[in-house]
Amino acid sequence: MSFPLLTVTAAVPALGAIATAAVPAAKRAAAKWVALAFSLATLVLAAVALVRFDPGGARFQLTESHAWIADFGVRYELGVDGIAVVLIALTAVLIPFVILAGWHDADPLEGERPNRRWRPTQGFFALILMVEAMVVISFEATDVFLFYIFFEAMLIPMYFLIGGFGDRAGERSEEETATQRSYAAVKFLLYNLAGGLIMLAAVVGLYAVTADDLGTGTFSLQQIVQARASGDLSIATGTERWLFLGFFFAFAVKAPLWPLHTWLPNAMGESTAPVAVLITAVVDKVGTFAMLRFCLQLFPEASKWATPVILVLALISIIYGALLAVGQRDIKRLIAYASISHFGFIILGIFAMTTQGQGGATLYMVNHGISTAALMLVAGFLITRRGSRLIADYGGVQKVAPVLAGTFLIGGLATLSLPGLAPFISEFLVLVGTFSRYPVLGIIATVGIVLAALYVLVLYQRTMTGPVKDEVRGMPDLKARELLVVAPLIALLIFLGVYPKPLADIVNPAVDHTLSVVDEKDPKPDHPVDAGWFSYSPMHDGASGGAK
Amino acid sequence: MTHAAPVHSLWTTAAAAPDKIPAPHIEYGQLSPTLIVLGGAILGVLVEAFLPRRQRYGAQLFVSVLTLAAAFAAVVGLAAGDYGTGKAHVAAMGAIAVDGPALFLQGTILLVALVAVFTFAERRLDPVAHGNQVDSFAAQAAAVPGGEAEKAAVKAGFTTTEVFPLVLFAVGGMLVFPSANDLLTLFVALEVFSLPLYVLCALARRHRMLSQEAAVKYFLLGAFSSAFLLFGIALLYGYAGTVGYAGIADVVDGQVRNVTPALAGTMGNDALLLIGGAMVLMGLLFKIGAVPFHMWTPDVYQGAPTPVTGFMAAATKVAAFGALLRLLYVVLPGLRWDWRPVMWGVAIVTMLGGAIVAVTQTDVKRLLAYSSIAHAGFILAGVIATTPDGISSVLFYLAAYSFVTLGAFAVVTLVRDAGGEATHLSKWAGLGRRSPLVAAVFAVFLLAFAGIPLTSGFAGKFAVFKAAADGGAGALVVVGVISSAIAAFFYIRVIVLMFFSEPRTDGPSVAVPSVLTSSAIAIGVAVTLVLGVAPQYFLDLAGQAGVFVR
Repeated sequence: MSFPLLTVTAAVPALGAIATAAVPAAKRAAAKWVALAFSLATLVLAAVALVRFDPGGARFQLTESHAWIADFGVRYELGVDGIAVVLIALTAVLIPFVILAGWHDADPLEGERPNRRWRPTQGFFALILMVEAMVVISFEATDVFLFYIFFEAMLIPMYFLIGGFGDRAGERSEEETATQRSYAAVKFLLYNLAGGLIMLAAVVGLYAVTADDLGTGTFSLQQIVQARASGDLSIATGTERWLFLGFFFAFAVKAPLWPLHTWLPNAMGESTAPVAVLITAVVDKVGTFAMLRFCLQLFPEASKWATPVILVLALISIIYGALLAVGQRDIKRLIAYASISHFGFIILGIFAMTTQGQGGATLYMVNHGISTAALMLVAGFLITRRGSRLIADYGGVQKVAPVLAGTFLIGGLATLSLPGLAPFISEFLVLVGTFSRYPVLGIIATVGIVLAALYVLVLYQRTMTGPVKDEVRGMPDLKARELLVVAPLIALLIFLGVYPKPLADIVNPAVDHTLSVVDEKDPKPDHPVDAGWFSYSPMHDGASGGAK
Repeated sequence: MTHAAPVHSLWTTAAAAPDKIPAPHIEYGQLSPTLIVLGGAILGVLVEAFLPRRQRYGAQLFVSVLTLAAAFAAVVGLAAGDYGTGKAHVAAMGAIAVDGPALFLQGTILLVALVAVFTFAERRLDPVAHGNQVDSFAAQAAAVPGGEAEKAAVKAGFTTTEVFPLVLFAVGGMLVFPSANDLLTLFVALEVFSLPLYVLCALARRHRMLSQEAAVKYFLLGAFSSAFLLFGIALLYGYAGTVGYAGIADVVDGQVRNVTPALAGTMGNDALLLIGGAMVLMGLLFKIGAVPFHMWTPDVYQGAPTPVTGFMAAATKVAAFGALLRLLYVVLPGLRWDWRPVMWGVAIVTMLGGAIVAVTQTDVKRLLAYSSIAHAGFILAGVIATTPDGISSVLFYLAAYSFVTLGAFAVVTLVRDAGGEATHLSKWAGLGRRSPLVAAVFAVFLLAFAGIPLTSGFAGKFAVFKAAADGGAGALVVVGVISSAIAAFFYIRVIVLMFFSEPRTDGPSVAVPSVLTSSAIAIGVAVTLVLGVAPQYFLDLAGQAGVFVR
C-alpha cells in the first residue's frame, strides 16, 4: 500500500487543530506557533502532492479507496485531478498567511479577566486549522457523500470563527458589534445549511437512482460517470434536472451567486480580515469547485439545460456585485461585493463550457484567492490601526504609511485585473471563453472590469491620497510580521501574472476531461484566435480542444 | 378395591375425564430479558419494604444496574444464539415475538434505561438539604407541596427511592411492547409501562405543582388514548375473530374464510377493520408524540423531573415505534394502501409542526419536546417506506436518537440557579464562556439533533431519508429537509445564545456532577460521535434485525 498522501494532507491540519486546542490557557503564544507549524507542514504536503501529480497521467491520481459505510454505498474515496490539486495548494498556501495575519486577532482584551477555561486564542487558531482540514478533504473527495459530509461539517467551525471573533468595537458599542456579529454568523449558517439540506435531498435521490439501475447504490463519482457513459445507468431527464438543481443550489449559496449572495457581505464585514479571507478565498472556492466536479460531471445534460439561466445569473452577479461595491462605505463590505462580482466571472467561465472558459475559471479561483487575500489582509491591517471600517474615516494614508498604501494598491490593482498581475490572465480567458460561444454575454461581462477599476481606484483615492486626516496621523507602517504576510502574496501575484504556464499545464487536462464528460466541444471560431504571447495551451486552438 | 369396581359400575357410569387445560408452553429462556427486569423490579419493591431507609438508595441502585445489565446480557445472548434471525419465532403461545427487531429494540431500551438510571441516581446537583444529599425526586411524594408534612420529610432526609423499581417496571413493559404479538399483550404492556411513568412524572423535588400537573395531564390524555386503543382492539377482534397479529393479518389478506359462528355478523367487515385499525394507530401515535396527538408532550416534558423526561423521551419512543412498526408491517401490510396516505399526512404535519412550533419556544425542555416531535416525524418517514430497509433505518435512528436525547437532558440537569434547574433559554446566555465544556457538549447534542454530518443524527436522518426515497416517498424527503432547515434554526439559536451572548450576571451556574451523570453524558457524546463517524457496524446490526417474524 502506498503512502496515503491525500489523507495525511487533510489529517495534519486536523491534528494541528487538536494540538492547538490542547495548549494550556496560560501558553497563548505557544498555540499560535503550534498552529503555524502545522499549517506549514500542510503546505509541504500539498507541495509534495503538486510535484507528484502528473498532469499527463491518469484522471484521478494519488487515489485512495476504502470501505466506509457500505449500507449507504459510501466509500472513503480520495483522488485529485489538476483542478483539485491546484486548489489544495492554494488553500495550503493561504492558511499560514491567514494565521500570521490574525496573530493578534484573538488575544484577550486588555484588562480582561483571565479565565482558566475560556481560551479564545487557542480556539481561534484551532478552528482555522479545522476549516483547512475540511476544505482540503472536500477538494480530495471523489465520493459524493464523503464530499457532502465535509461540505456541511465545515460550516460549524466557520460559524464559530465568524460569530466568536470580530474586529474591536471601534466607534460602535461593544454590544452592537456583538449583535451584528452573531447576526452575520447565523445568517451565514442558515443560508449554507439550507443549501446543504436541499443538497441532502438530492444526495438521497442520487442514491435511489443509482440503486435502481446498478443494484446497489453508489456515490463514487468515477463509477457513476462510467456507468452513465456506458449506459448502465440512465437517469430520466426530469429526475436529472431536479438532482442537478439540488446540488447546484447548495453550491450557488456557497459560491455565492446572485440572488443567494446576501450572507457574504455580512459575514465578511463582521469577521476579522483573516477570517474574511478564509471565507472568500478558501471556503467559497469549494462551491465553484464542486460545480465543476459534481454538477457538470454527474448531470451533464441537466447542466446544459440550466446553462442559459445560470449564465444570466452569473452576469447579474458580476454587474450587481460591482455596482454595489462602488456604492459601499465600508471597506470590508466593498471587498465582499467585489468578490461576488468575481465569483460571477468564475461561474460564467465554468458554464460557458469552453476550454478557455473553464481553464480560466479554475485559474480565476486561484488568482482571486491570492489577490483578495492580499487586498483584504492589508485592509485588515489598516482597520486594526484606525479601529474603523468606514472609508470616510481615512485619508492621506500613503503619506504616513507608504508601504501599507503601496501594498494595498497592488492588491487593488490585482483585483481590478491589471495586466501583468495574475487575475488578468484568468479574467481574460474567461471572457474569451465566454465570447467564443456567447458574444453578447462576453461583452456585457466586460462592464464588470470597468466597474472594478472604478471601485478599486476610488477606494484607493479616498483612503490613501488627499490630505492626511488627524486620526490617521502617526499611523505606523507595516511591521515585519505584516510584511511577511503581504510580500509573498504580491510576489505570487506577479509571478503568476507573468508566467501562468505551470499552473495552466496542470489544470488543462482536467478541464478537457470535464468537458468531454459534458460532451461539449469548443465552438469553431470565425477567425482563428491567436491567444498571444501567453498562449494558453497549444492543445486548445479552436475546435480540436475539448474532445479526447 | 378391585372387586368393588364392577359393583359401582352398576349404579354409575364413569364420566368422561374432563379436558385438561393444556399447560401453556412458555419459553422462559427467550423471555428472560423481560423476566429478569420484572424480577428485579419486584426485588426493588422488597428492598423498599424491608431495608432501613438509609440503605435503600445504595441497594436500589445496585439492584437496578445489575438487573438492567443482566437483562442486556440476556438479549445479547439471545441475539448471539441466532434468535434474531434464523431461530426467530413466536413464543409464549403466540403472545410474544422473539425476532430481530424485538431484540434490537429491547437491547436499545435496556441500554437507554441503564444510562437513565445513572441520571436518576445523581445526588450531587441539588444543594445539600439538612445535611442530606438529595436527588431530583420529591422527599415524600404523598406530602402536600409546601405543607408541613413535606417540610418534615425534607428535614428527615427522606428520598423517594421507589423511583428505581418504578423505572424497572416501566422498562419491563417497554420490553414487551415492541415484541407483543397479539393486541391484548400490546395493551397490557402499554399499561405496564405507562402507569409507572405517570407516577414518575409527578415526583419532581422542585416545582412540584408543575410536576403534578404534568402527571395529571399525561395520565388523563394517556388514559384517553388507552381507551381508543382498547376500543380499536375490540373492533379488530370483531373483524378478525382473533387478537393475534398473524390471525388478523390472515383475515386482512383474505386467506381465512371460515366464520366463527358468534361473529358471523361482523367478521370480515371492512368498516370494523378500518375504524379499529385507525383507533389502534391513534393509541400508538399518542405514545410516539406525533401531530395531532402530541399535545401532552411539551407540558409533560417540561413538568416531569428532568431525568424522567430524558428516560421517557428516549425509551418510550423506542418502544412505541417498535410496536407501531410491528403493527403496520405484520398486522396491516395488506392494508397498506389505506394506511400509507394517512401516515404520509401524519408524518408531514409532524415534521413541519414540531419544527415550526419549536422556533417560538423559550424553555429548553419545551424546545427539546417540540424537537422530539419533529424527530418523530422523521422516523415516521422511515416507517412509511415499507421495505426491510425502512425497518432497519428506523431501528438505527431510534438507537442514535435516544442517546442524543438522554445526553441532552442530562446536560439540562446541570445548569442551575437558586430555583433549581434554569431551563429558561435566556438564562443560558453566555454559558459557553462560563463553562465551555458543558456548552460544547450541549452544542454537540444540538448539532446531532440538527443532523449535521459526522454526528449520529446525520447518519440516522440519511438512513431514513434513503429508505423513504427507495420506498417511493421522495416528497417526504423534501418535506424532511425543509423541516430540518427550520429545525436547524432553533438549534443554532441556542448555540448562539451559549457562545456569542454576554453572560448574565445573575445567570445560572453549572453544577459539577458526580461520576453518574458525567458518565451518562460521556456515553451520550461517545455514541453520538461513533454512530456519526463509523455507523457501519450498527447499520449492519440493524440491517440483520430488519425482519419481523409472523
